[in-house]
Amino acid sequence: MSQDIFDRVKKVTVEELGVKEEEVVEAASFTEDLGADSLDVVELVMAFEDEFGIEIPDDEVGEIKTVGDAVTYISKKSAA
Amino acid sequence: MMADRPKPSGRVVVTGIGGVTPLGTGVDVFWPRMLAGENAVGPITLLDASEYTTRIAAEVKDFNAEDWMDRKEARRIDRFIAFAIAAASMAITDSGIKPTEDEKEDIGVLIGSGIGGLTYMGEQHRRQVEGGPSKVSPFLVPYMIPDMGTGMVSIIHGFKGPNTCVVTACATGSNAIGDAYHIIKRGDAIAMVAGGSEAPINELGLGGFCAARAMSTRNDDPAHASRPFDKDRDGFLIGEGSAVFMMEDYDYAVARGAKIYGEILGYGMSGDAYHITQPSPDAGGATRSMKIALRQSGLAASDIGYVNAHGTSTYYNDKLETLAIKNALGEAAYKIPVSSIKSMIGHTLGAAGAIEALVCLLAMRDGKIPPTINYETPDPECDLDYVPNVARDATFKYAASNSFGFGGHNVTLILGR
Repeated sequence: MSQDIFDRVKKVTVEELGVKEEEVVEAASFTEDLGADSLDVVELVMAFEDEFGIEIPDDEVGEIKTVGDAVTYISKKSAA
Repeated sequence: MMADRPKPSGRVVVTGIGGVTPLGTGVDVFWPRMLAGENAVGPITLLDASEYTTRIAAEVKDFNAEDWMDRKEARRIDRFIAFAIAAASMAITDSGIKPTEDEKEDIGVLIGSGIGGLTYMGEQHRRQVEGGPSKVSPFLVPYMIPDMGTGMVSIIHGFKGPNTCVVTACATGSNAIGDAYHIIKRGDAIAMVAGGSEAPINELGLGGFCAARAMSTRNDDPAHASRPFDKDRDGFLIGEGSAVFMMEDYDYAVARGAKIYGEILGYGMSGDAYHITQPSPDAGGATRSMKIALRQSGLAASDIGYVNAHGTSTYYNDKLETLAIKNALGEAAYKIPVSSIKSMIGHTLGAAGAIEALVCLLAMRDGKIPPTINYETPDPECDLDYVPNVARDATFKYAASNSFGFGGHNVTLILGR
């Protein structure tokens, strides 16, 4: 996993969800562990799009459930 | 539970107060500054105002949203909602109310806003224009709608009674308090958290009011730009903030030993049916709202010890409001102090009526009337006692507060201590 991408995902997540840095671990679920509701998730995904300059289509948002999922997804997109 | 509730007393009192104004966050902060006649109008810092014809406003400088809600909400929420949440928390804490879960079903919220989340809407509109529809935040709708002050306050405090909002431009705050008074009086709630909130200092808000040619352009002299009833007034200045009351049925408040700031005695309403932004030239609507409120209160004009004017500092408002006060109160009008705190904190639009009702309660409590600052040159068309420049000691039991809004809304509240 790219450390750079992880750090940026963490930064965005801390900012968007108002959580502590140490809570943003690879296995953390945005909704189960980090307190995001469905609107928060949409906002968070948009913030990832802005941060990484990518598009995340609605039908792929479901793949991003945990911090690790986000890093994997973004790494794949960025490489493509 | 509702079924067990005693009959409403028919009397409604204010037991808690909270406010955020350009002279400070918290009643204990801004009230002494109002009595000192301080000015809060200055160069706009919330946006780059260099292209606008008016580049000054009354901004709230000491507000930190994170002091009043969790960080996630605080960093993204529209400012008008943040002000409402803060003012409501202050009022609820001040009231000392500790309702049971059952009682919470009988406590409602009614916090109006004239405009709603225009800052947030403007930002999201820009995102959509620049990036397409997929860039619009899911929070656009909830943060833009003017009822979300009410919505979030009810969620935070668990109040499950009447949950509503009023939108009547610059009369909003007064209508909110008046409507909450009616809700309690008729027994639909034992208590209401009610007031107004506004945060209009953003690109669209400033642009719209500049285009309407309603604002002062005294950009070089912000400290003296808002000058209600002065002959050289040239328009209002926008301000921002919120005031919220905890209002209760009198019996419920007394039974729980609440301190009482005052009672709502009259709520007069009328419509101008004349023009979308200008007041009726005969001041008929404003006269009627004052007369109706006075009649409801059962008081004589001479019982009113203070009129908190709408007093916007526009040519028409101040002239026609003066006429309305004289029409409604007759000869007594010349003996009653009339002042406009908009001289100090600008026009907070949908929050103004609530902040001004709050000021009436404080003025009655402390026996001190806040001044109309920047009053230098008398206008023959404005010939009442405007409490010029310096606060005044006065003991009185009843005060009236006027609010008028675009659309021809006229509201007068009469409060007693």
